[in-house]
Amino acid sequence: MALIRTLEVRDVDLDAPEPKRRRRHGLLPFSPWHLLLMPLALIFALPLVQMVLTSFMTDAEINSFPPKFIPSSLNVAGYTGFFGDSLAPRWLLNTVIVATISVASHLVLCSLAGYGYARLKFRGRNFGFFAIVATIMIPTQLLMIPTYVMFSKLGVVDTLAAAFIPWLTSAFGIFLMRQFFLALPRELEEAGEIDGLTTFGVFRRIVLPLAKPALATLAVFTLLNSWNDLIWPLTAISNQDNFTIQVGLTTFQGTRRTQWAELMAGNVVATMPLIIGFLMAQKHFIATMTFSGLKG
Amino acid sequence: MTIALERPPEATAFLVDPKLRAKQKRARRRREDVVGWSFVGVSTLVVIGLSIFPAGWAFFISQKKWNLLSPAKDVGWKNYQTMINDPEVWDAVKHTLFFTALFVPLSIFMGMLIAVALNQRIKFVGFYRTAIFVPFVASAAATGILAGFVFEPNYGSANDLLRRLGLPSQPWLESPTQAMIVIVIIALWGQVGFCVVVYLAALQDIPQDIVEAALIDGANRRQVFRYVTIPELAPVTVFTAVWQTITALQLFDLVYTTTRGGPVNSTVTLVYYVYKVAFQESRFGYGAAVSYGLFALTMVVTLFMVWYSRRTKIEAF
Repeated sequence: MALIRTLEVRDVDLDAPEPKRRRRHGLLPFSPWHLLLMPLALIFALPLVQMVLTSFMTDAEINSFPPKFIPSSLNVAGYTGFFGDSLAPRWLLNTVIVATISVASHLVLCSLAGYGYARLKFRGRNFGFFAIVATIMIPTQLLMIPTYVMFSKLGVVDTLAAAFIPWLTSAFGIFLMRQFFLALPRELEEAGEIDGLTTFGVFRRIVLPLAKPALATLAVFTLLNSWNDLIWPLTAISNQDNFTIQVGLTTFQGTRRTQWAELMAGNVVATMPLIIGFLMAQKHFIATMTFSGLKG
Repeated sequence: MTIALERPPEATAFLVDPKLRAKQKRARRRREDVVGWSFVGVSTLVVIGLSIFPAGWAFFISQKKWNLLSPAKDVGWKNYQTMINDPEVWDAVKHTLFFTALFVPLSIFMGMLIAVALNQRIKFVGFYRTAIFVPFVASAAATGILAGFVFEPNYGSANDLLRRLGLPSQPWLESPTQAMIVIVIIALWGQVGFCVVVYLAALQDIPQDIVEAALIDGANRRQVFRYVTIPELAPVTVFTAVWQTITALQLFDLVYTTTRGGPVNSTVTLVYYVYKVAFQESRFGYGAAVSYGLFALTMVVTLFMVWYSRRTKIEAF
């Protein structure tokens, strides 16, 4: 039940100034915190930089000793190799399709259900909500086998649908939206009703426009999860044509153990869309990650 | 019915006639039901169909011997008996708990430490925050492949760094004793950003007046941290610990993309074992039994943590 109470969308201003204090740094000309943060930042960021740089190296450069960090020239053999030797364009397209369907479906279904459970009165509401609460306690790994069996009975195995069906909606998303709607002041909705809007009209014209921050959070989480998902497409899809980029990458890894330029090119292709998106929208992104409010 | 009193009786006859009123009420309720379920219906059905139903079904599957090709055979509790006597299951439990015991405290400690550091008014904070958080968006598949490159024993950067420091190079993922530790490091690299962000938000929620009161009372900054900040963060810590524990007990992706359970099965976790048994050996019944075993383990560990935090009066749940 904890999640219900603790999930809450807030905009956190991470650059909010701490009250100014005059600091003495002792012997150092800079704050000692840099001694902790600088090495850590390098450890976290450098592997990704190296991934990009290595994707532009030739195999000879990669295998040279001592190892090189910066390629001597921009060599695109890794990329041509990756795209030429695999169905990568197809996999990318599949991933885009899966992510788009997942995000769109999450936004529609979770906001509808979240509003229904937050505001509407109807028979079976408690039962339905209890069912959704119960699912938070069910771990994904328990669902792996029965879902696969179910998919195979329904003929979904080996189709792209197997990759997005698990992401159509989620208990997490329904909660997130419900918590957000519960916190909205009721007066606006009541005004809408007096103006003669139907329940759906109130939802569509008054509530949804106010819910943009919550919808953004939901979209970010769903995009991350569906784009990076491995276990569902890995277990349910064995037809290469329907692989997502993540599954494609791992099978590619299995067959090209040491062709690092191609592997790193594949890695860049699979991660860069999200990393670039993150770098562009990072302030909002990190703020939406903080769904805490955990004081209880 | 205050409205009825203000109106002429003939206009409000329906309010007085109990039969008509009941009928109206039924119609209104039916309308409410239709509207309500048209909002929540699809989502609720999908969630039940993709979670509760399969979770229950998994239990029936766990009582069968089934490879999906030939008809399922009822075996009662035999799969569970096999599980208890299966040394590979116990090895997987050991590996999973080893990972969890390292990963959870380290991710919380690092998360708190980095968040406190990022909460200072110093230069480059934006850069540090970006750098530390970026790995979180990289997928497990990409992280695994990248780790394979960085920890490659011959020309990987990890050993290159050791050699430059004059230290002996290590086999890393190719050594049965080191592989799981390397996976812990990789998991931390990808996941610490999440803890940092949760703690950053929590730190900004600490009321400044408590901190100032403590400073006025003569506490130094270290004492403020020990006696004000840490207790104020306690509920977040409990929440994060439970969250990370559940995640850690389900470790699969990183193992699959780095070692695939090797070397000599030293990194086979419970979920990886379930995957191997069910999807590579087609023993779906036995796989389902093991996944129920893991479910039980997760419940026990989680409930213990919640109970312990309640006992120490930390209100996170």
